[in-house]
Amino acid sequence: MNTTLSDTLVLARRSIMRIVRAPDLLLAYTVQPIMFVLLFVYVLGGAIVTPGFDYVDFLIPGILVQTLSFGGFATALGLAEDLKKGLVDRFRSLPMSRSAVLTGRTLADIATNALSIVVMLVVGVIAGFSFDAPLTHILLGLLLLLVFGYAFSWVFAFIGLSSSSPEAAQSLGFIFLFPLSFISSAFVPIDSMPAILEAFAEVNPFTIVVDAMRALFLGTPAGNSIWGAFAWSIGIAAVFAFLSVRRYKRAVVK
Amino acid sequence: MAGELAIEAEGLRKAYKDVQALDGIDLSAPAGSVLGLLGPNGAGKTTAVRILTTLLPPDGGSARVVGLDVVAEAAELRSKIGLAGQYAAVDEHMTGKENLEMVGQLYHLPKGEPQSRAAELLERFDLVAAADRLVKTYSGGMRRRLDLAAALVARPPVLFLDEPTTGLDPRSRIDLWETIEGRVAEGTTVLLTTQYLDEADRLADRIAVIDSGRVIAEGSSDELKDQVGGERLDVTLESKDEAEKAIAALTPIAAEAPAMSDGLLRMPVRERRGVIAEAVRRLNDVGVGIDDISLSRPTLDDVFLTLTGHVAEEAESEGGEER
Repeated sequence: MNTTLSDTLVLARRSIMRIVRAPDLLLAYTVQPIMFVLLFVYVLGGAIVTPGFDYVDFLIPGILVQTLSFGGFATALGLAEDLKKGLVDRFRSLPMSRSAVLTGRTLADIATNALSIVVMLVVGVIAGFSFDAPLTHILLGLLLLLVFGYAFSWVFAFIGLSSSSPEAAQSLGFIFLFPLSFISSAFVPIDSMPAILEAFAEVNPFTIVVDAMRALFLGTPAGNSIWGAFAWSIGIAAVFAFLSVRRYKRAVVK
Repeated sequence: MAGELAIEAEGLRKAYKDVQALDGIDLSAPAGSVLGLLGPNGAGKTTAVRILTTLLPPDGGSARVVGLDVVAEAAELRSKIGLAGQYAAVDEHMTGKENLEMVGQLYHLPKGEPQSRAAELLERFDLVAAADRLVKTYSGGMRRRLDLAAALVARPPVLFLDEPTTGLDPRSRIDLWETIEGRVAEGTTVLLTTQYLDEADRLADRIAVIDSGRVIAEGSSDELKDQVGGERLDVTLESKDEAEKAIAALTPIAAEAPAMSDGLLRMPVRERRGVIAEAVRRLNDVGVGIDDISLSRPTLDDVFLTLTGHVAEEAESEGGEER
């Protein structure tokens, strides 16, 4: 077997075992998304006007995209911890693939992201969400979510390698992702925002991905959003994978 | 392999921003020997290890380990070295056994061998009972043993140990020393960094004393000790008040003027034979009471003090190693 692939699998297994061993981490992938769905639907939903949609239908594609963008935080935490504890030095002194520490972690994120999607869809359906699209579109939508989540795992990989501690990695990720995900069409129609924010939201890749998800799950007009969403996801993954691998090779123990 | 040298470095230089961590050091270790890099925190020891283990490219100079260039042939070299260090780089969230198996897989050992090798090392390092426990439940000494075991998974011909016993309790230190000595007996070449003089004294065949990125002395422990002179008489007085009387009585048999601090009188002696009896007689004659009296060879502490003008431990308060 190709060594990059086998090294990646060895390290992906390590990340997954970590989560199985310390189930408290699972809360981030399960209870937290459930909480957000319920808070938005039942606390904010009544006050948000979404013409043509029940709020729960409007919300689920948006909140899925936001949750998936945060799914890679375990990669940032894990890498920051590996750096701090000297494990990165050990890995870099081994005759293993130079990128496997990163590809292993991001691969493991796909599994936890899939779990989050399932949990949120189940809660969403219970809260009243219903698909209005052919099965092939729904499946393409699920694929888009996973690809988008994978792209942000690489963003988090870069954050993890760039921050001074696991705690800093986490807050850095949140400071950067919260505004980006909120100033988009994820939670409210963007024409309800002040002009400046609306202009930003229109070009925000989050908006493009959320619009693509609504098209794929609810049958709304897609425009170019589906191609745009895949292009953004693949572009983000490529850029941050390149930056992260370069940074990893030079990484110094904190 | 070039000659019989397992490790050879010439003129290694490395700077971090404005700090010159290594200022042109030469090192060499014959295959099967133990080279000790001795120096305080911040002297450049860890930087040297990082360069020799391919983790960091040097700014200048060159180094070969088992004949392979650490920059140009880094990928090939990595399968021939093991690294263990003061940070005990093992995964806390895995068991000891899983850690060793993972390292074996990442060394690309043949199928089945990561498992058999892990079992063998757990046995040898006395970790069988803890093999299936998560490493976060291990004591400091157990972590270091596991870390060392991980460095040995692929039976590397050269082993790098970066301050292997820093922070360990005395009992664990001695255990680890014995393990390292066992490796050496099997023919592994070891490069060891330490700030403990007794550790270098016990383990290393050759010692390079490093200070501020330079090798300031090199040789066997005995050769280094010879540089600071011969034997020394230590006399602990019953009463500090009698210091002057004692100094006057002993000066005639001292090689250099005796030094007195806190009730302990120290002086280099010319001739070992009979000197204790003579000193006791002379002090007795002037009525000075003796609590303890002994002859000692200079320690590496004395060597360090003589070479650098400061005590090795003093530099520890500067904080972390250069990184």
